Amino acid sequence: MRPTATSTAAGAVGRKPALGAATERLEGRDKVTGTARYATEQPHTAPDCAYAWPVPATVAAGRVTAVDASAALALPGTLAVLTPDNAPRVGESDDPILRVLQDHEVPHRGWFVALAVADTLENARAAAAAVTVSYEVRPHDAVLREDHPDAYVPETANGHPGRRERGDAREAFAAAPVRVETSYTIPPLHNHPMEPHASYARWDGDHLTVYDSSQGAHPVRTALAGLFGLEPGRITVVSEHVGGGFGSKGTPRPHVVLAAMAARHTGRPVKLALPRGQMAHVVGYRSPTLHRLRLGAERDGTLTSVEHEMTAQTSRIKEFVEHGAVAARVMYAVPHSLTTHRAVRLDVPSPSWMRAPGEAPSMYALESAMDELATELGMDPIELRLRNEPATEPDSGLPFSSRHLAECLREGARRFGWHQRDPRPGVRREGDVLTGTGVAAATYPVMCDPASASATARPDGTFLVRIDATDIGTGARTVLAQIAADALGVPLDSVAIEIGSTRLPYGPLAGGSAGTASWGWAVHEACTALTRRLADHHGPLPGEGLTAESDTTEAAEATPPFARHAFGASFAEVRVDTVSGEVRVRRMLGVYAAGRILNARTARSQFIGGMTMGLGMALTEHSTSDAAHGGFAERDLASYHVPVNADVPEIDAHWVDEVDTHLNPMGSKGIGEIGIVGTPAAIGNAVHHAIGVRLRELPLTPDKVLAALR
Amino acid sequence: MSTGTGSGTSSWVTMTVNGVEYRRELDNRTTVLDLLREHLGLTGAKKGCDHGQCGACTVLVDGRRANSCLLPAVAQDGAEVTTVEGLAAGDELHPVQQAFLDRDAFQCGYCTPGQLCSAVGVFAEAAAGHPSHVTDPGRASGQGPVELSRAEIRERMSGNLCRCGAYPNIVAAIEDVTR
Amino acid sequence: MKPFGYQRPATVEAAVEAFAATPGARYLAGGTNLMDLMKHGVETPAVLVDVSRLPLDAVEELPDGGVRAGATVRNSDLAAHPLVHDRFPVLSQALLAGASGQLRNMATTGGNLLQRTRCGYFQDTSAACNKREPGSGCAARDGVHRDHAVLGHSERCVATHPSDMAVALAALDAVVELYGPEGARTVPVAEFHRLPGEHPERDTVIRPGELITAVTVPGTAAGRPSAYRKARDRASYAFALASVAAVLDTDEDGTVRAVGLAFGGLAHRPWRARLAETALLGQRLTEEAVARAVDAELALAEPLRDNGFKVPLARNLAVHTLSGLAPARSPQRL
Repeated sequence: MRPTATSTAAGAVGRKPALGAATERLEGRDKVTGTARYATEQPHTAPDCAYAWPVPATVAAGRVTAVDASAALALPGTLAVLTPDNAPRVGESDDPILRVLQDHEVPHRGWFVALAVADTLENARAAAAAVTVSYEVRPHDAVLREDHPDAYVPETANGHPGRRERGDAREAFAAAPVRVETSYTIPPLHNHPMEPHASYARWDGDHLTVYDSSQGAHPVRTALAGLFGLEPGRITVVSEHVGGGFGSKGTPRPHVVLAAMAARHTGRPVKLALPRGQMAHVVGYRSPTLHRLRLGAERDGTLTSVEHEMTAQTSRIKEFVEHGAVAARVMYAVPHSLTTHRAVRLDVPSPSWMRAPGEAPSMYALESAMDELATELGMDPIELRLRNEPATEPDSGLPFSSRHLAECLREGARRFGWHQRDPRPGVRREGDVLTGTGVAAATYPVMCDPASASATARPDGTFLVRIDATDIGTGARTVLAQIAADALGVPLDSVAIEIGSTRLPYGPLAGGSAGTASWGWAVHEACTALTRRLADHHGPLPGEGLTAESDTTEAAEATPPFARHAFGASFAEVRVDTVSGEVRVRRMLGVYAAGRILNARTARSQFIGGMTMGLGMALTEHSTSDAAHGGFAERDLASYHVPVNADVPEIDAHWVDEVDTHLNPMGSKGIGEIGIVGTPAAIGNAVHHAIGVRLRELPLTPDKVLAALR
Repeated sequence: MSTGTGSGTSSWVTMTVNGVEYRRELDNRTTVLDLLREHLGLTGAKKGCDHGQCGACTVLVDGRRANSCLLPAVAQDGAEVTTVEGLAAGDELHPVQQAFLDRDAFQCGYCTPGQLCSAVGVFAEAAAGHPSHVTDPGRASGQGPVELSRAEIRERMSGNLCRCGAYPNIVAAIEDVTR
Repeated sequence: MKPFGYQRPATVEAAVEAFAATPGARYLAGGTNLMDLMKHGVETPAVLVDVSRLPLDAVEELPDGGVRAGATVRNSDLAAHPLVHDRFPVLSQALLAGASGQLRNMATTGGNLLQRTRCGYFQDTSAACNKREPGSGCAARDGVHRDHAVLGHSERCVATHPSDMAVALAALDAVVELYGPEGARTVPVAEFHRLPGEHPERDTVIRPGELITAVTVPGTAAGRPSAYRKARDRASYAFALASVAAVLDTDEDGTVRAVGLAFGGLAHRPWRARLAETALLGQRLTEEAVARAVDAELALAEPLRDNGFKVPLARNLAVHTLSGLAPARSPQRL
């Protein structure tokens, strides 16, 4: 992509802007040599470090009536067993899942009911296994269904209105000459970052230091401060390198509370890395969602009515409602629209954030339904989408700060060879294999949160930029240094950057594809302020250098009169084996309009990474709510099928130049999540094109495909 | 001759890791992975699942790739282990490490040490003519090295999960080294 | 995991003696499944008797053209061995369809046969499981059992055997060589694994203290067309939803002289499809004849609530694979 010149790149004449370049990750060498240290890998781990191992509840719902730790305490090396009876009391929290071991209730299978602490990892595991927990079991209800009598429409779903209606969608649907009424089902999905949630906690007097695998050190500190009744200044949280999160580390998680409790209780530093088998129940997941859609259109494809109703589950202790019906509020021009979220409280773990929450499920449903409408109309699915491009955001009426979906669709069609496509379904056979192609649109909102940063000019001519940003694999460290270099007008290699610690100026979590915008704005402001200070400064710099700080609270919180979203188009070609029902993707393409792309290399990686997770959502990934026993059946990486290398074909990601002056000084939109959004529908639509049968429940595994082929 | 007392639950273990010989008395339960990470300070090999289901712990044992989380250290007494920390020659990266940098073949980096060790193992296996699931079954033995096509790389690297989805870049990086 | 002792005897005899002398002993070879189960608390050995360095790592040619694979030969080495790869493609293919490159470097011939079901309730010590704890019940029957058995299951257990290799060995009439306190004996692979019946805790007919020393594949099938086909939820590194191993011998006009057919992923053991084999013998190998024979076998299936798809899946795999072995046909792959 051609780097877009902005006022920020005010560098010396002839200096190439750092932004837009395909800069290598600054920490890349540490990661390929194994020297990058993750949460529990600190080189200064104290020799008396203890290990903690949680004990999860083994019933689907009920109460702990007794915890017998005597056998565990009798084992060699056991230091303590924390239980609801003896664990340190903690204060209030906005998040009920953090108040672990504070009472005897068991809201779902896998809820932590004890914690073993021992001198070695082996002893901690053995001690946890030796803890005997007795329960009073109550009947449970752990499976979501649409006709559940307890279903309700929440006021809001993750901040979005629970229900929105414009016009009279039902009447318009009834009157529409062309109608599609359909339903889609998405199973529970788990984030499963490669690094399990983990903490190393240490108390030095009344100062708590935690190295935590988290998407945001400051939010973890805020939570710990409330729970342990400490001034935030007495807590240090470090998240320097984080082995992925995808939303599951976006909020503080119970392991960090347990680690801090165990360290306080034993007086020793404590390492706690969650066993993979415990994660499915305690670190969040994407709720299963059940979708009903009704699309009404004129014969020329003009939409007259859209209804999208989604039903999701939440837990008994916390309301988290996946906002899986929001896409229709953004996507297409339509005079009549009704979008509704429904929730059911069940005896299940609390669902939480997973990559492109809301957009990923809602766009799977909407874009699959649009494909059905195109088929019904006998119209090319790209033409159908172009026919319904809105002039303003349908729900709010606000103008878009920028919207280049049409360009993405057209550019993608050109690159993918869409126009040679034979629209007839089920006719391309290569031996036992049927092939097909599909397309879907993608969208993801632009968000930005307040942040602070500091920038220091050092006497040796280099610069230091400090901000509590988190690099969970996005390349944040690198792109922030690029932003700083351009704002300072200096070469990238003269900029050092420190991130990932509450010792640094406040930055929000890495989430909502908002990190770079939020942190980058603060970095940009600090660096431009420093540039002004340097211009006013005469003579050599003082020993401590010159520092400027920024705080973007006012700017970031100002609501501009624009609807701000990234858009994209996803294309997929699939091969369906008619003997086994196995579906494999042959190639995928994503074309995105996501503002200015700040680092071509890491951006491409983010896009293809999101698309890969979308491939998993379409074809391989699912968790099963265990109706009989509660919890999820798939709790390990052998049964929860994250795509492997062999599942992932040629993937290409491109972007269109997009200049948007209504965002932030960099002109950037988030890119971490939009890759997953259009992919499942594109693949599902391609499977329909291949086999001529519409499958409406993910993932498209051999059982379902084979049934459709028979 | 028999090794081990049978009654004690710990044993003396000698292991050469990245060319350095270590001798430790270890709990028999200690895996090679936990030996590396918790006893030797070599945290390059990662614990992703602890059950051989993700590949993040992959190291080379006597030159062959293995999931170190499933190897009791006591049973590897005398073994030569190479971890990601041992791939580079001083400051000079192993070609596959350099290729991973060049191709941005990682994001969060947590699976990367396992991917790298696995790739080194794949090179040796392919050079030795070992077939894979996608090798033409009609290809007779003794025809020398298996050429590492993209399909071969994908299949052979499928024991190393990458949740960030860097697979296409991993394949490109490995392809670079084979050229 | 409970603390355990460790011994590394130098001979098979010493290993068997050490095992017999120690209550709660378990043999350790590759450890890929045993360590996994120890971490789950499913296996709680008092002592591990390490057999991985016993001199059982040879792959030898038998006088009849068959092959004898020592119990500690690693799966990857067995798959790549010219005797196996060139004479018994189905075995090589089955091995390469299993697990990952790393795990195949660790897992052994003997250990692969003795691996235990991946039923999630078996692995979860808090769940009812007659295989793990006789008499405790079967959580899978009412629970999540999409991956479970459709053939030969019992009230007590609906688990499947997870091995790919064993399915090929069953189709090849391979034989397990055992050595134990009462000496040496052999058991056909197809009879080595049990159906669960009243005693799902017993996966195989192995006797206490017995050690697998080798597996022999008779030369009868050497060079015959054979293939392994596995369907799974992702392209690699996943257990079979269903799989089939087929070995065929036809005369010039396509009449079946001999056939070995076995299913994986359907039952508590590799399912040797004797009914189908019998139906095919002496028949011209047409797709219709194959389909009739396979249907006769799969008529025995009793799917559970949520795994009925395995029957048509297995049927397709078997019909397609066997038909593909007929002269001048070749199976399509994805």
